[in-house]
Amino acid sequence: MDWELVRTSLGPIVRGAVLGTIPLTLASFALGLALALAVALMRLSHIRVVSGLARAYISVIRGTPLLVQLFVIFYGLPSVGLTISPWPSAIIAFSMNVGGYGAEIIRAAILSVPKGQWEAAHMVGMPRALALRRIILPQAARVSVPPLSNTFISLVKDTSLASLILVTELFREAQQIAAVSQEFMVLYVEAAAVYWVVCLFLSTAQSLLERRLDRYVAH
Amino acid sequence: MSPTEPGVGAPLLAVHGLRKSFGDNEVLRGIDLEVRRGQVVALVGPSGSGKTTVLRSLNSLEIPDGGGITVGDDLVVDFDRPVGKRQLNLLRDRSAMVFQHYNLFPHMTVLQNVIEGPVHVRKQPKADAVAEAERLLQRVGLADKRDAYPFQLSGGQQQRVGIVRALAMRPQVLLFDEPTSALDPELVGDVLAVIKELSDEGWTMVIVTHELAFAREVADEVVFMDQGLVVERGAPEVVLGSPQHDRTRQFVRRLQQRF
Ligand SMILES: Nc1ncnc2c1ncn2[C@@H]1O[C@H](COP(=O)(O)OP(=O)(O)OP(=O)(O)O)[C@@H](O)[C@H]1O
Ligand SMILES: [Mg+2]
Repeated sequence: MDWELVRTSLGPIVRGAVLGTIPLTLASFALGLALALAVALMRLSHIRVVSGLARAYISVIRGTPLLVQLFVIFYGLPSVGLTISPWPSAIIAFSMNVGGYGAEIIRAAILSVPKGQWEAAHMVGMPRALALRRIILPQAARVSVPPLSNTFISLVKDTSLASLILVTELFREAQQIAAVSQEFMVLYVEAAAVYWVVCLFLSTAQSLLERRLDRYVAH
Repeated sequence: MSPTEPGVGAPLLAVHGLRKSFGDNEVLRGIDLEVRRGQVVALVGPSGSGKTTVLRSLNSLEIPDGGGITVGDDLVVDFDRPVGKRQLNLLRDRSAMVFQHYNLFPHMTVLQNVIEGPVHVRKQPKADAVAEAERLLQRVGLADKRDAYPFQLSGGQQQRVGIVRALAMRPQVLLFDEPTSALDPELVGDVLAVIKELSDEGWTMVIVTHELAFAREVADEVVFMDQGLVVERGAPEVVLGSPQHDRTRQFVRRLQQRF
């Protein structure tokens, strides 16, 4: 084992995580969640066209590989005259992906709130939108935290695909050092270890968040 | 906490010819009902007779197919014509409902549950709403629970919060849908005592209940429904004591056997 190589490469790889993987994940997830909520509400709309559009979107996102989506945006769009640089391409692809998967999670969570909650909200005079915002979504949020956390953790790992469209992140740093040193095993295991540490940290944060959100539920 | 408007005994709520179907299922087939100010009307009848649907219609949670509802002398909603959202909202504002399964907001404390409508819908200043909520909670013996979450309360306490939440809406009519049927027997008394107090204070109420003894004690009039129609109505001791119709008799006998 070449410990010296591990020592010198750890800096760039961790920098790739801090400056690439993590901000890419955070930005994509934040935008993706907003999109997911919008798509979920569209999907629940009584207007056929609106819910149909949402359904089609979800179907396309879930029915095609993320890598292919990424390539369409970065390598495909330039040929129709739309060139997007690596970072924005990655953020667009990842947030659209979270938007599709997250929409189904949020929709299910909204539907899991008992009908009586809508009725009580109406009884105290709330129209639909207000009832959704003040009564339904806070309860749906609690239900959707575990599955959305899983989406988040998957996203951390999926961002490694961005290395293929030239985004400098954790895995691309490892690849570049490996190409020079030819120590593929050392560097890829090291990259895996850094991903693992990040995900371990996130899982802990997830359980803390779930415990906090559980405070108004009987055990 | 009592409604102090004048005119006790004047007609406050009138329902005429109310009809409602769910698909092929004709649930209300022309219901007539009249409730005077300060009066307590108990709605009784077998399961599926349409009692809940009547209450829900009064609170705009269900939109009838035909007939009409009048509240006070200025609101007439005619369901034989297309009814707008505005009308339904006006109707909803006149009454407040206490649900069988409480339906408290689980992510809010007791106090937040009570002030939610006044503050976020009626735009009452928060300090006022809190003061009123505290006074009402005190009245039902739950002042010390203001910061508790619903799951920390017994069913009886939750239902009393449900009642306070309804009162805080300052309705003209209180609607109760089997307010004690989800409760353990030993908790029923507390809730019924609160309802009895409200009736003594002059609140106008429509109560769907299977507690015939309670109906006898608190109701000014009992209305017996079956299969979407009002079969019999009158003083509690008449309708429940010596019913005129076979179906009422059967119903009363069956309920009495159960206890
Ligand atoms: N949303 C709905 N969709 C379809 N059918 C419904 C709906 N709500 C009520 N019904 C039907 O309407 C009929 C009357 O129901 P309702 O709840 O008013 O009866 P109820 O007198 O309150 O009965 P219970 O004593 O069991 O509460 C029942 O046959 C019920 O199945
Ligand atoms: Mg019912």
